[in-house]
Amino acid sequence: MKHKLILSLAFSALTALSLTAQAGPIDTQLAGYKAAAQAADAKFTAFSAERGKAFHNRAFGGGKPDTPACASCHNENPRAAGLAPTGKVIEPVALSATPGRYADPAKVEKWFKRNCQEVLGRACSPQEKGDWLSYMVSQ
Amino acid sequence: MKTKYHPLRPVIFAGLTLAASALLWTQAIADGKHFFPPVADAKVKEECGSCHMAFSPAMLPARSWQKMMGDLGNHFGDDASLAPQLNAEITDYLVRNAADANNGRYGSKLMRGLSATSAPLRITELPKWQREHREVPAWEWRHKEVRTKANCLACHVDAERGYYDDD
Repeated sequence: MKHKLILSLAFSALTALSLTAQAGPIDTQLAGYKAAAQAADAKFTAFSAERGKAFHNRAFGGGKPDTPACASCHNENPRAAGLAPTGKVIEPVALSATPGRYADPAKVEKWFKRNCQEVLGRACSPQEKGDWLSYMVSQ
Repeated sequence: MKTKYHPLRPVIFAGLTLAASALLWTQAIADGKHFFPPVADAKVKEECGSCHMAFSPAMLPARSWQKMMGDLGNHFGDDASLAPQLNAEITDYLVRNAADANNGRYGSKLMRGLSATSAPLRITELPKWQREHREVPAWEWRHKEVRTKANCLACHVDAERGYYDDD
């Protein structure tokens, strides 16, 4: 009996730990973007998944002609797979659809760097990154 | 006394023969001209296989890989640059498995007709590649499930495992 209790306690602790580990990197990354967004604009309060959605679908026209929007390759529906101009299928960007997607902050930054350049023709602001990421986490 | 054979004996024999020839056939393809070992390195797969299929290193000569990895900031119009250490590791893998490495075991046939000094960056520029695909009509390349000549998988369904049979 006692053993069972200890085991189940240990199991719950492990589960809790792994859940924290899953949520951890994204929260830390969002906190970093938030600090940077506040530093850039004192009036900034919080990220908005709604703004992130508009950003995801907006055609910018500052980058490459064949990729005017995030949605050009990543699908307007973030829970569905996307398609790169190379013909390669891209896993869905919604966190619920591809759970491990945002576990590595360096990888997230790498793709913001590449894709913002291709779509907007410039780097994304911390607020844009935070809004977009919040949208994906909400999906 | 007459030996009694199992009634299914001919069927079993036929099945075994078929299985054996299927096995031989697979082996033949693996050693044949249409096999290009897929990328086996996790980092290379990740960095060279996110935007397009991770092409087999055996599809270009070492000099092409070196040239490409030396100009990732302008990779067919995209900035695909990598940290220097990672770039060096990936270049090393590509060069070690290039078409002209290992005595050209997998890649030498695809290099036929290519001058020893030219270092093409596109596999589709190789003379042998162009000869092999000369019968593919333009409308097929434009098909919405093909879109680009870089999309090997659209026609070569087993390309990710390294097999590029005539389809």
